Amino acid sequence: MGLKRNVGLMTGLRYQGKGPMLTFVLHRVSGLGIVLFVSVHILSSYFGGDLGIFLNTVYEHWAFQLVIFFCALFHAINGLRIVVLDLWPKLIEHQREAIWVEWAVFLPVYAIAVIVILSTALGG
Amino acid sequence: MAEKHRTIPLAKRGFDFETVMWTFTRVSALAMYILVLISLVGALVMGARTQMNLADLMRWVFTPNVSHVTNTNVPDIEPWMTVFWKVTACIMLFFATSHGLHGLLSVLEDYLAILWLRRTLRVLVLLLVLFMIYVGIYVVWTS
Repeated sequence: MGLKRNVGLMTGLRYQGKGPMLTFVLHRVSGLGIVLFVSVHILSSYFGGDLGIFLNTVYEHWAFQLVIFFCALFHAINGLRIVVLDLWPKLIEHQREAIWVEWAVFLPVYAIAVIVILSTALGG
Repeated sequence: MAEKHRTIPLAKRGFDFETVMWTFTRVSALAMYILVLISLVGALVMGARTQMNLADLMRWVFTPNVSHVTNTNVPDIEPWMTVFWKVTACIMLFFATSHGLHGLLSVLEDYLAILWLRRTLRVLVLLLVLFMIYVGIYVVWTS
């Protein structure tokens, strides 16, 4: 891995990795989102003060909760798929099917979370 | 091809920082799943079904810290702040911090080619993990 790549940036952007690539990108983005949120959350409860109270109001906003619930649930469910496929390498043949199963689990779980968050936020 | 890979002895596979952390990432993910299940079962046994909503329950299972239930309808928070839950929260904190910050490191290393910068970054991330674990343990045991 180096800065000298065999493909240009535009070719790289046009890479059609399809389903597995999408989960790879979402896993990284959601992981970084969780790291940022948990670090800020622990530090704000350690230092407290006006900034900590302000950050708490940000966490409690429904839009923020939709994002962080997506990050946490997707990272957890996709991570479980990665662990299962890595610990039983023979199953890697069925990676695409595993990704379909993963979406079939993730979408209803996230839908429940979205309904609960929105009905609490908008319904009082 | 697949058969050939399985016959490589363990000593020749390379046993370095990245291999250890690759394994640790998987193992810690499973450990966090187990901790979430322990917290979930514990919360339901302590009466979460009628005293908490889904959001409060999820906040508790991600890290079983008492400050996550103080705003709920739980009548008595004593059972939620026992040594057992504080230790569980600290184990969760250890796995979450090391798993998460190592993930940050591996994302950054994918875009860094300069060797001394990567080495410095590894030391910095290790120090950051230790700092966050210290801060987290302080928060758990004083809340």
